[in-house]
Amino acid sequence: MSDTSRQPDDFEAAAKGSPEQVAEFEDHHRGFMGTVQHFLHMNPSLVPLIVLVAAILIFGALLGAKFFSPFALTLILQQVQIVGIVAAAQSLVILTAGIDLSVGAIMVMSSVVMGQFTFRYGLPPAVAILCGLAIGTAIGAVNGFLVSRVKLPPFIVTLGMWQIVLAANFLYSQNETIRSQEIEANAPILQLFGAKFNVGGAVFTVGVIFMLVLVLVLAYALRHTAWGRHVYAVGDDPEAAELSGVNVHRTLMSVYMLSGLICAFAGWALIGRIGSVSPTSGQLANIESITAVVIGGISLFGGRGSILGSLFGALIVGVFTLGLRLLGADAQWTFLLIGMLIIAAVAVDQWIRKVAA
Amino acid sequence: MEPILKGRNLVKRYGRVTALDHCDFDLMPGEILAVIGDNGAGKSTLIKAVSGAATPDEGEIWLEGRKVDFHSPIDAREAGIETVYQTLAMSPALSITDNMFMGREIRRKGPLGSVFRMLDRPAMEKFARDKLNELGLMTIQNINQAVETLSGGQRQGVAVARAAAFGSKVIILDEPTAALGVKESRRVLDLIQDVKSRGIPIILISHNMPHVFEVADRIHVHRLGKRLCVIDPKDYTMSDAVAFMTGAKEPPEQDRAA
Ligand SMILES: Nc1ncnc2c1ncn2[C@@H]1O[C@H](COP(=O)(O)OP(=O)(O)O)[C@@H](O)[C@H]1O
Ligand SMILES: [Mg+2]
Repeated sequence: MSDTSRQPDDFEAAAKGSPEQVAEFEDHHRGFMGTVQHFLHMNPSLVPLIVLVAAILIFGALLGAKFFSPFALTLILQQVQIVGIVAAAQSLVILTAGIDLSVGAIMVMSSVVMGQFTFRYGLPPAVAILCGLAIGTAIGAVNGFLVSRVKLPPFIVTLGMWQIVLAANFLYSQNETIRSQEIEANAPILQLFGAKFNVGGAVFTVGVIFMLVLVLVLAYALRHTAWGRHVYAVGDDPEAAELSGVNVHRTLMSVYMLSGLICAFAGWALIGRIGSVSPTSGQLANIESITAVVIGGISLFGGRGSILGSLFGALIVGVFTLGLRLLGADAQWTFLLIGMLIIAAVAVDQWIRKVAA
Repeated sequence: MEPILKGRNLVKRYGRVTALDHCDFDLMPGEILAVIGDNGAGKSTLIKAVSGAATPDEGEIWLEGRKVDFHSPIDAREAGIETVYQTLAMSPALSITDNMFMGREIRRKGPLGSVFRMLDRPAMEKFARDKLNELGLMTIQNINQAVETLSGGQRQGVAVARAAAFGSKVIILDEPTAALGVKESRRVLDLIQDVKSRGIPIILISHNMPHVFEVADRIHVHRLGKRLCVIDPKDYTMSDAVAFMTGAKEPPEQDRAA
């Protein structure tokens, strides 16, 4: 054994004559499918965008001006605004490899707080709105704390929080709806997100604009700020993120709190959309937001995907819903097609991930 | 001479496993200290304890004579200790640049950076490219490719480049050449010498005895969760070192750890 102990360089001599460049990151020849796969890996929101454009074109061809009009297309935006806003919150959580089942409950709770604080306690509506936003953020903070510090699985934490917040919402509101006329007369600011304006036949609401701006701002933050990179890193591999200098706890807390805040804004937008404050509204927001996120190509395993994809996902659902309705089809066809899209989207996600291998 | 990094009486338990058992540790200024030991001897746990990745249950750590209390890798990094973990600690879906600057991103100058928190991608990319070039990892077009599309050796190269670029007081390398080919390993060894010539001490954990004996000034032999002895590679053969670390041979009295 001891004769191997000196001349450590000997075994390397054989490699001396070869070219000096090492470990070059060359582009291998990938073939057409490989190139597509790689491109989608870099641009994960492209698949839902293609599906969205295709769906609009197909329904446009089938329905003509009935569908392909500024009015109908902006109607879709109005119909998806709530899900679109909630899906933005859901996207953030899912990017960290979590899931938030309490989004809908937080939304409703916040809207109820905004309404009840105004009408039961006589607070100025603006103050009541701030309270609603604060409650949403606080519930998000509790979720974040339980996930990040107590290390409970996000699914369980938010499953429990969903029930808790929903029940609290019913108990607190005493199942009482605040009527639209009453809000309109006494606290119109609660309906702000429902304010409409017309641009050449296209009808926009404040809620729609809010959704679009929110998604663009988050897309910017996720791609171009350190916080955004940390969100992805935490979703990708939290241990690696911690070791490479990311404050994982702070990142998770910021994501869950922001998610709660966005859901509270969705609650405000919900009042604008339905006019009243109703503790029974928005019950499907969690499933609908997860659907939008999945169709939008964000991986449920975290760390992959783009928030623009979630917006496209929400719009795809909106296009299918309106298009099929205008075609006179049974609403069940919408669910059937959406179900197929969900499974297809996850299959595509799995395929794109294989680019690693 | 006072050690730049010193650990005393370090204990770390994982359930019933005692990964560090009253372990002492000394790194002298400017030296390359190799840490060798069997698998499971506690080498990685030792470096995690001095790099903030694991908080020891007992014991104390000093950096440049000042007692330090790291609660996270961020603390250690801010103190100038840079580590390449055995697991590499990279985010596979993110780019090489993103990974190199994780947790210490550069922002744009002016309001774009201070108000809009915008990252200075061109500056970060240029820096990352330069550092990889220094390591012979040519990556001119693709500095933005995801780390998961790199080979194991390339990933290790990126991790080493990251540590070498940012370490100011101590650089720790946990098995940095394990996934590397012969020539890539040579680059890493050259880089280690280069870092040493900048006056920065290095802790090198490796199973590769020829590498250890080539670059190390001193060798810390780790066995059963503690320092067994520290030997001078000029006084012993590789087989002696292997015999100490496996327990086949008792360490010499004068080199035995206190
Ligand atoms: N996070 C952990 N949880 C439980 N046991 C651990 C953990 N890390 C290390 N160990 C145990 O501690 C001992 C020392 O491990 P390690 O420091 O990785 O050894 P080495 O790097 O010398 O191979 C082993 O028995 C290992 O199983
Ligand atoms: Mg180890």
